[in-house]
Amino acid sequence: MKIIALAINTFREAIRDKVLYSLIFFAVLMIGISVILDNLTIGEPTKIIKDFGLASIEIFGVLIAIFVGIGLVYKEMERKTIYNILSKPVHRYQFIIGKYLGLVLTLLVEVLIMSIALFSILYFYEGKISFALIPAIGMIFVALMIITAFALLFSAFSTPILSGLFTLSFFIIGHLTPDLLELGKKAGSRSLQYLTEVLYYVIPNLEYFNIKGQVVHHVPLKEGYLYLASLYGILYISVIVLLSIVIFQSRDIK
Amino acid sequence: MHQIIKTIDLTKEFQSSFPFRKITALADLSLKVTQGEVFGFLGPNGSGKTTTFKLLLGLLYPTRGKIFLWGEDHYKIELKAKIGFLPESPYFYNYLKAKEYLNLCGQLFEINAKERHNKINTLLERVGLQDHKNALIKTYSKGMLQRLGLAQALIHDPELLILDEPMSGLDPLGRKEVRDIMLELKAQGKTIIFSTHILSDVETVCDRVGIIIKGSLKDCGPIEKLLNPKIKSFEICIKGLPIETINNLRERGLPVIQRGEETFIRVEEAGVNDVLHNLLKKGGELISFIPQKETLEDLYVSQIKSIEK
Repeated sequence: MKIIALAINTFREAIRDKVLYSLIFFAVLMIGISVILDNLTIGEPTKIIKDFGLASIEIFGVLIAIFVGIGLVYKEMERKTIYNILSKPVHRYQFIIGKYLGLVLTLLVEVLIMSIALFSILYFYEGKISFALIPAIGMIFVALMIITAFALLFSAFSTPILSGLFTLSFFIIGHLTPDLLELGKKAGSRSLQYLTEVLYYVIPNLEYFNIKGQVVHHVPLKEGYLYLASLYGILYISVIVLLSIVIFQSRDIK
Repeated sequence: MHQIIKTIDLTKEFQSSFPFRKITALADLSLKVTQGEVFGFLGPNGSGKTTTFKLLLGLLYPTRGKIFLWGEDHYKIELKAKIGFLPESPYFYNYLKAKEYLNLCGQLFEINAKERHNKINTLLERVGLQDHKNALIKTYSKGMLQRLGLAQALIHDPELLILDEPMSGLDPLGRKEVRDIMLELKAQGKTIIFSTHILSDVETVCDRVGIIIKGSLKDCGPIEKLLNPKIKSFEICIKGLPIETINNLRERGLPVIQRGEETFIRVEEAGVNDVLHNLLKKGGELISFIPQKETLEDLYVSQIKSIEK
């Protein structure tokens, strides 16, 4: 109940902040531009629109997750709004979870708006709704939830700029973890291999959630893949949110 | 009387990042506040008032010492349902409306929807924000934020109020309104602890005051007990003194202020009879004769000076 109240108000505040409007505007614009690119390309029509559209949803989702996420806790401390919340009968874990869910809700709405824009354009070209894209968008959303959890974690103990950099690097490395493992194997050094293995397991493998290529090119997914990937994502998020709570619990609210 | 707040040797140290050293924000504070009492916490900026409040509320963890609220360990979350807190120059979510914000607060206190709705309206009326309830908080003035802060502190009808600088940022009328609300709460039997550096506020509403300077409590008790009840000096106002008499007084080293025809002289208790007699003989006409006792300001200033030495 308290968590939901905090989440809804976090969502309300985020939605009313104008930064988000501009991001959505650009995202929709990017999806629009894909139409022009599509006209310039030979081959199966609408493929570029799908590719470009999904990539736009992901990138702008990440931007929103980072921009809003890194400020989640820090801004509350900086602006001292947190005093009025934690001086009430609210556990610190309720505060953290409420903030996290509020941002996830915000992202959900953003992703929905961007998806509707993409589906509308595709409907105009193909005359049908491209349901096949839904799993890809779902996976993007799980990845965004992971990024948000990281932003929250860093935000619980660091400044927004550092949190932003950390989160962005996790996003980039998260897409490169299989390469990292490969690098360790090829390097021939035992310790380097050990290090890359640790990194491989600690950093989330965001490539699991990248099924844009398969979906656009009609490559079938392995059976149960979506469930497994979602489960992996949720487990990962739980651990990160838990870690944020542990860090935040022992902090002095100065 | 039932003890609401009790702290034992409460100490808070902060670690400064560079240069690496400890800063003591609060040192061995032992304080008791009983039920129905209005306790004024007096001290210059940075003396540890806000730190004390944050410790009471569990926002900060004490380095040493213990805090009991209603005789129980202060970390118990249920206790917070009985506390209303107004932070210093309160901040709120910019993109929420006053009504939405108070609704959130009501939800955090688990007040049911119907009661919440009624309470919010009554409170907005009481603090004078009824006409602005649908405006975004970011459009509010400092005084309006203070009023909203008071409303959120009162929404659950708390037994204990912790008010950090409740009068700051308010105009004289606003200050009077806040003072009236505090007196009203006091009449309802609520316990109030508040910090301020506006001395007249303390004198009008407090049962007891504590003077805190550089993190330690210097004096604590009812105002009349803290202040020296003995008359320190007299202020004589007299009209129509000849100029040579005035010069004469100045030569004797007495503080003299001339305003038009009127002369103001401050005389120590010991010599007051002689001085007055003498002046009347010289043809002066007595306008007023006021005994001067130690004021809270004198006490406060002398405490600060003794620390600085």
